[in-house]
Amino acid sequence: MALLRKDLLLERRAPESVPAMLLFSLTTFVLFHFGLGRDEVSGTLAAGVLLVTLLFSAILGINRLFVSEHEEGGFDAVLMAPIDRTAFFVAKAAALFVFLVLVEVVALFGFSILLLGPSPWPALPGLAVVLALLDIALAVVGTLVSALAIQTRARDLIVPLIGLPLLVPALIAAARACAPLFEAGGAQAPPGKWLLILGLYDLVFGLLAYAVFEFLLED
Amino acid sequence: MHGKGLRALSLVTVAALAVTFALVFFYAPNDADQGFIQKIFYLHVPVAIITLIAYVVAGGFAIKHLRTNDRQWDLRAYTTIHIGLIFNIVGLATGAIWAKASWGHWWVWDEPTLVSFLIVFLLFATYQPLRFSIEDPERQARYASVFAIMGAAFVPLNFIAVRAATGYVHPRVLASTGGGLPASMGLVFVVAIVAVGLLFTTIVAYEIASKNASWQLRALRRRLLGDDAVAPLGRSAAPTMGSTLESAR
Repeated sequence: MALLRKDLLLERRAPESVPAMLLFSLTTFVLFHFGLGRDEVSGTLAAGVLLVTLLFSAILGINRLFVSEHEEGGFDAVLMAPIDRTAFFVAKAAALFVFLVLVEVVALFGFSILLLGPSPWPALPGLAVVLALLDIALAVVGTLVSALAIQTRARDLIVPLIGLPLLVPALIAAARACAPLFEAGGAQAPPGKWLLILGLYDLVFGLLAYAVFEFLLED
Repeated sequence: MHGKGLRALSLVTVAALAVTFALVFFYAPNDADQGFIQKIFYLHVPVAIITLIAYVVAGGFAIKHLRTNDRQWDLRAYTTIHIGLIFNIVGLATGAIWAKASWGHWWVWDEPTLVSFLIVFLLFATYQPLRFSIEDPERQARYASVFAIMGAAFVPLNFIAVRAATGYVHPRVLASTGGGLPASMGLVFVVAIVAVGLLFTTIVAYEIASKNASWQLRALRRRLLGDDAVAPLGRSAAPTMGSTLESAR
């Protein structure tokens, strides 16, 4: 808990990741507007634009997740302190989760103004469920990949290289679940099949992260 | 002594491949729709299956490595993924050729096996860069093992997601209970899987033997000529082993 508070406090005192991720998302929406040549998007296209943007902006946050530990020697402090390594992982993943939710709240607002055709309100409850599940996936896999990459020579290359393919199944499931929410004719409930697959992904990688995370710290 | 039993293994593999080729060309009937090109099925599908099995097995080796801290397991995981990647490329190429022949396009997105195969390839293609970017050999082995375990869990998950997302164009010869593969084709197919599996095992065994032999050679040269005579190891993506091997032997 204290570890999570430290990360959140750090981000509040010297905001770094969240504003960057947010600006990146908004810029990407603008790019999509010109790239696609569309004023409004709906259905599958809207789901794709939104989720790919969020995924890429999450990569920015994942890249920075362990930077303060790495540069200021926080790793040693955490390793020396009498705390469970798993608690360290959970705190980091939770911090990333909070960052993602913050970014999404504002990015979604921007998305519905800039690009989304149909009204976002009826889609909100379903969207909250899908995004929460997706954020768990991003937080868990992101923390693992970030811890994996931080000790390498090419951190900023390794994170997207490994992270993006790993997250493809989560993106497939989230995009398919979101598409009916953005239908031009009115939002429909996200199909349970895709929520299930997303949940399965969260579960498998959650357990896996729990099992292997300590090997990334042991030094 | 490295490479014990390699000769027997190689002979069996060559024999199995020869039998498979003979069966494919002289015994298996030509497909009614696709004709001769369908024979690529006996290469493409076994290669694909063996690749996926290899990635999962490599994950098992990686778990062993983390448990025992024995670098030989890291070497096994590394070699399995290395050869698995090559098989993966062969699988993609043969799949594309088959797709061109039977559906008229080099790439079809509604074919779940091919698509998930591409994604798995993209993931495992980062294994070598990851290793290469970590200098400390011990840490390299540990991190690579974590990656391999993640990859092994990823393979089935990815397959589920991609299959659920695509239509069912792919000829699901094995899943259908009724009018699936005729018995003669099924037999050849099983033989082909065994042969490709043997080929994979043989190549992996050769690479492991070669790596172990060159490490031993290095260690012996060093002992014989002194430390200065042996050039220091450069940065490498492949597992490297120094003094640990000498004591382990």
